[in-house]
Amino acid sequence: MVAMTRRGALQASAGDHVAEGSAQPYLEIADLWKSFGDFVALREVTLDIAKGEFVCFLGPSGCGKTTLLRAIAGLDPQTRGTIRQGGSDISSLPPSQRDFGIVFQSYALFPNLTVRRNIAFGLENTGRSKREIDARVTELLDLVGLPEQASKYPAQLSGGQQQRVALARAIAIDPGLLLLDEPLSALDAKVRVHLRHQIKELQRKLGVTTIMVTHDQEEALSMADRIVVINRGRIEQVGTPTEIYREPASLFVADFIGETNKVASTYQGGSVTLGDVVLATSETRIADGAAVTVAVRPEDILPHRAEDAGNGAANMLPVTITDMEFLGSYWRTHLRSDALGETPLVANFSMNAVRRLELEPGTAMAVELPAERVLVFARGA
Amino acid sequence: MTEMTAELPPGRRVRLSLDRDGIIKRIFMGVIALYLVAALALPLYAMLSKSFVTYGFDLARYEFQVSDETGTVWSEPVTAEALNAELGSVPADDLRSSSDGRLTATTFFPDFSFRSPVKYRMRGTTDDAPWLVGLDLKNTTDWQEYDSNTFRRINLRPVKSVGAQNYVEYFSNPTLFSSIQNSLYIAVVSTVLTVVFAFGFAYAINRSCMPFKGAFRMIAMMPILVPSLLPGIALIYLFGNQGMMKSLLMGQSIYGPLGIVIGSVFFTFPHALIIISTALSIADQRQYEAAESLRASKWRTFWTVTIPGARYGLISAAFVTFTLVITDFGLPKVIGGQYNVLAIDIYKQVIGQQNFEMGAVVSVILLIPAVVAFLVDRQVQKKQVSLLSARSVPYQPRPDRRLEALCLAWCGTMAVFIVGIIAICQYAALIRFWPYDLSLSLKNYAFDRMDGGGWAAYWNSIKLALMTAGIGTVVIFTGAYMVEKIDGFKTGRGLFQFLAMLPMAVPGMVLGLAYIFFFNNPANPLHFIYGTMIILVISTVTHFYTVGHLTALTALKQIDAEFEPVASSLRQPFYKLFARVTVPVCLPAILDISIYLFVNAMTTVSAVVFIYSTHTALASIAVLNMDDAGDIAPAAAMGMMIFYTNAGARILHALASRRILNRTQAWRLR
Repeated sequence: MVAMTRRGALQASAGDHVAEGSAQPYLEIADLWKSFGDFVALREVTLDIAKGEFVCFLGPSGCGKTTLLRAIAGLDPQTRGTIRQGGSDISSLPPSQRDFGIVFQSYALFPNLTVRRNIAFGLENTGRSKREIDARVTELLDLVGLPEQASKYPAQLSGGQQQRVALARAIAIDPGLLLLDEPLSALDAKVRVHLRHQIKELQRKLGVTTIMVTHDQEEALSMADRIVVINRGRIEQVGTPTEIYREPASLFVADFIGETNKVASTYQGGSVTLGDVVLATSETRIADGAAVTVAVRPEDILPHRAEDAGNGAANMLPVTITDMEFLGSYWRTHLRSDALGETPLVANFSMNAVRRLELEPGTAMAVELPAERVLVFARGA
Repeated sequence: MTEMTAELPPGRRVRLSLDRDGIIKRIFMGVIALYLVAALALPLYAMLSKSFVTYGFDLARYEFQVSDETGTVWSEPVTAEALNAELGSVPADDLRSSSDGRLTATTFFPDFSFRSPVKYRMRGTTDDAPWLVGLDLKNTTDWQEYDSNTFRRINLRPVKSVGAQNYVEYFSNPTLFSSIQNSLYIAVVSTVLTVVFAFGFAYAINRSCMPFKGAFRMIAMMPILVPSLLPGIALIYLFGNQGMMKSLLMGQSIYGPLGIVIGSVFFTFPHALIIISTALSIADQRQYEAAESLRASKWRTFWTVTIPGARYGLISAAFVTFTLVITDFGLPKVIGGQYNVLAIDIYKQVIGQQNFEMGAVVSVILLIPAVVAFLVDRQVQKKQVSLLSARSVPYQPRPDRRLEALCLAWCGTMAVFIVGIIAICQYAALIRFWPYDLSLSLKNYAFDRMDGGGWAAYWNSIKLALMTAGIGTVVIFTGAYMVEKIDGFKTGRGLFQFLAMLPMAVPGMVLGLAYIFFFNNPANPLHFIYGTMIILVISTVTHFYTVGHLTALTALKQIDAEFEPVASSLRQPFYKLFARVTVPVCLPAILDISIYLFVNAMTTVSAVVFIYSTHTALASIAVLNMDDAGDIAPAAAMGMMIFYTNAGARILHALASRRILNRTQAWRLR
């Protein structure tokens, strides 16, 4: 499996655990463009998805992730580019001739049909006998955990139940590809977390190749085998959740997924300078003298006593605590450093560390920014 | 954020191949679009082009020679134009003619005698110089020789020319021209009155705790159930020459603008009420709470919150009323007296003078205000929709004794007016011979003894209404579905949408006249429907197409747009989705469309007055014709028959709706 995006390509090969052994990707998207009038919604999107993989399209609203999903379904065809599914070109096939099941944010359940008849809708006129259809519907209802609701109307079900009916309807016809368009965003938080798990379970059990569109990073990180981060119509990065989180390919990804401290600086021979402090970084791909943005995640900042900062210790920064918020499992700590001027630094310190180092607002301390956790991105890229 | 498509790599745009669904949908839409083109666009075009056609005798096109008594020596050729200039036998005005005009050639030869041995020769100077020898048409530039006995049977035929001459003639005719003024005057006055009355009524219903709201609402809708000319008949009984309350007018005549305005207020009232009521029903409670907390007086709140909130409704109601009045034909016909309005002019030009070209001219002129009103209304409606989608807390009226008394008085007055008009008609229908024999009888219902088509006309109306409701609902709903749920095909859908909105802007009489031009043309392959029930159904469906289309669109837009994608991902044909889901879910709207078409088919006069035939006379036309013949009481009786029928249909519709909804819409209940 190769993801051909400029930056994504560098990272994607590392964590392709799913694709191992499968020679031919199940879904191949090549140089896809989509324009609405003058507006380009998708640009040079190239992506391969392996059979049985669970892929999330993640990005802010309006980034083009739903557009890409609809192009794959044939609902809003791309302007340029090709899509191949299971080895054959489906670029110009209408939706009815493609092989997919879909669940929309609205669920689009037929309001005047019972749950049973909603699920049976796609099974009718397919040569199955009524008995077979009934058996299949019962099986599906069991699978999604709604055996009791068969004869109810959608309006009589809760949001989460409706969602599962929609899912059962979509997988009833054993589609080769399951498309989920923000399936959880209409639900409240508790139900959402529960359903995340259920959907992932179901997908694993069925082994159906699945694409889910979401703007919720937590959802993507917890469910996906691989995440495709999309921004302004372009793929920013493709990778496993850990790759995306630990090794963001761009400042956008670093910023969009998780939290990050950002400081402007200049890159020079494997290190960056913040005020009078020089920070080593493991980043090596940037030209000397380039203007860069330095990004460090709050949880990657390690607390030390103030005296540890002296003696030219590597990547140490003397700071003062300005504010602390208790967030249960850790303290969210706001720091000020002369090296950073007005730019505050946010760090997450464990309760243990706070107790051990006797940290409180006003305390002068030192923080360590480990070289391999100091992310550097050329600016203007 | 916007980046240019110029960056797109070169190559062809990806287009999806059409599946069976796509093809079938396009075919359906195409067929219905074709229907609209044939039933609307082409007739209108035929009418428009007709209005630019004039017929006249072009004397320069004919040349004559006369022989001496021996028939051998011939005079120099001379044109008819030269002869006329010399003799002045035909004044310039008389050279204008219609398509049927004839001018005898002997006019130019004062010495002509059919016994004389003198012979005549004539020829055309151009290729198009038609003349008749008896009944034989000649059109040639070769000399033709006739003896004098034949020559007296020679008639010149007018030639057709295209130009704005009809319009020039129209605007230079002060009688015709004054109709524009009259029409505008009537429409403006009626609009102002109707909107004021309807606003008060709608305000009482939506913003007060007045009792009997349901009854008032029902009474207010009654005028929709009768033809627009029925109030005219009632007014004649009340204030006419032998009217019961003639003295109340203090010498004013009800025949004329006064009668038209009162009648117009009656029949446009429910239309304005529905629109204003909708606008008032969407008020936001929070605005009133804010006004109250700022200690604004009630009066000030009314002008700064209520009126601005309802302004789109008021404007829309005004334009709808204006259009209804200016295009109405029945009322001025019955009670207009000598007061000419545009709709009457069309009728007179076509039915009275058989001057179809001039009828077309007046039609085009009548189209202008209707189209303008329509366009303004569309703009306003768009804004109204955006108001509706705002999230707001519904307004809850609070009890207020004084306001309620005022509202009750206002609505009571309107209710007495409306019920009174209908009651007078009922009374008129039952009285033996007003004002001499006031005993009650049913003799006025013996329609078969009057002109106008008799009971057959009534049954024809029922047939027309049922067919219009049945066929119209299917056509309109299917068309709306195709245009709403088809993928891509933008141009086609835009065109369809335009065609579907157009009928709203076309007055019924104009449509009817356009049908004469289009369908009565023997060269038209659809000519065979002329004079049948089919053409009446087509014209009625077309005339009332837009409201049904909009109702269907509104219902369809409320359905989840993702149903079609889901169905096609499940590889099920769209017609299965249509039959199993779309139609059942939209059933209330479908029933509404059908009753709307039924009621309007029963009451319409203007859309059918030019195209009914003796076999297809209708109840509403019978009212008109009986009134015309002086049989006012039977006219009232027939009008009441329409009222009973429509009221019955409404009740039946309400019952059927409830039953069907109970059975098929169980899913609506939580």
